[in-house]
Amino acid sequence: MTEAAASGVLLTAGAGWAFVVFAVLALATAVAVVVAKNPVHSALYLLSSFLLVACLFILTQAEFVGAVQILVYAGGIMVLFLFVIMLVHQRMVTGTKAFQNQWDIVLLLLPVFLAPFLYVLGTEKFPDVPVNPDAFRVIDTRVVGNTQAVAWSLYRDYLLPFEIASIFLLVAMIGAVVLGKRSVEKVD
Amino acid sequence: MTITINHFLIVSFLLFSIGFFGVLVRRNFLTVLMSVELMLNAVNLNLVAFSKRLSSLTGQVFSVFVITIAAGEAAIGLALTISLFRQRKTLNVEEANTLQG
Repeated sequence: MTEAAASGVLLTAGAGWAFVVFAVLALATAVAVVVAKNPVHSALYLLSSFLLVACLFILTQAEFVGAVQILVYAGGIMVLFLFVIMLVHQRMVTGTKAFQNQWDIVLLLLPVFLAPFLYVLGTEKFPDVPVNPDAFRVIDTRVVGNTQAVAWSLYRDYLLPFEIASIFLLVAMIGAVVLGKRSVEKVD
Repeated sequence: MTITINHFLIVSFLLFSIGFFGVLVRRNFLTVLMSVELMLNAVNLNLVAFSKRLSSLTGQVFSVFVITIAAGEAAIGLALTISLFRQRKTLNVEEANTLQG
């Protein structure tokens, strides 16, 4: 355990295999999101992809982020998506091609565009600091839960970004209402 | 099976690439939005993995912020979808070309 922690290993043994299973399934469902012709199927695949990534978060002991992922993404955003699909549902599923005409060119050029990322991934040596298994559940030196530790960091160190995020959500809400309502001149 | 930061980075990179491909090639505006959500999710995975690697909570706090941004983006994007559908009776992004020169 200690030498594994010292060499920067994040997960071992059973958790490692669980990571492989969840990661492969998450990637497969992500591919299904992009490939599926029917947007309802896409939305359901996206839901399972979010849940699998939430499992990855929980595997790394980031329980709070995993819970927020399930609540906000799987609970909130997916309901929004399905709601809008039901609202605009009209012939848009059948009769048209799913992909644009240039999809094969994109598939050819995408590796060229993304090659720098792979190069960095292959060559970068990350600093070999030991992984502290308790770091996610510690306030100063007290051992508490992950949620409490994140809340402490959020309210103590990142209070201003937190408040800005709330203003951002207010602006987004007003924007969604303004964009979504029917035009005023029709009412007059 | 021992997992290091590189495994996380590869998974996150592949997720991001899949989402990026979806944004570029899908015709349906809704599926384009879903692909953007996939990309944001890949970024979250990256942040949490580095948070674990560096034994620091900052990555997790930022991934909470990214989820906030994703929620706002989804709300605005879906409002735009409804607005587009009202005006054009279609969700095909190729037909939303009024600004094209």
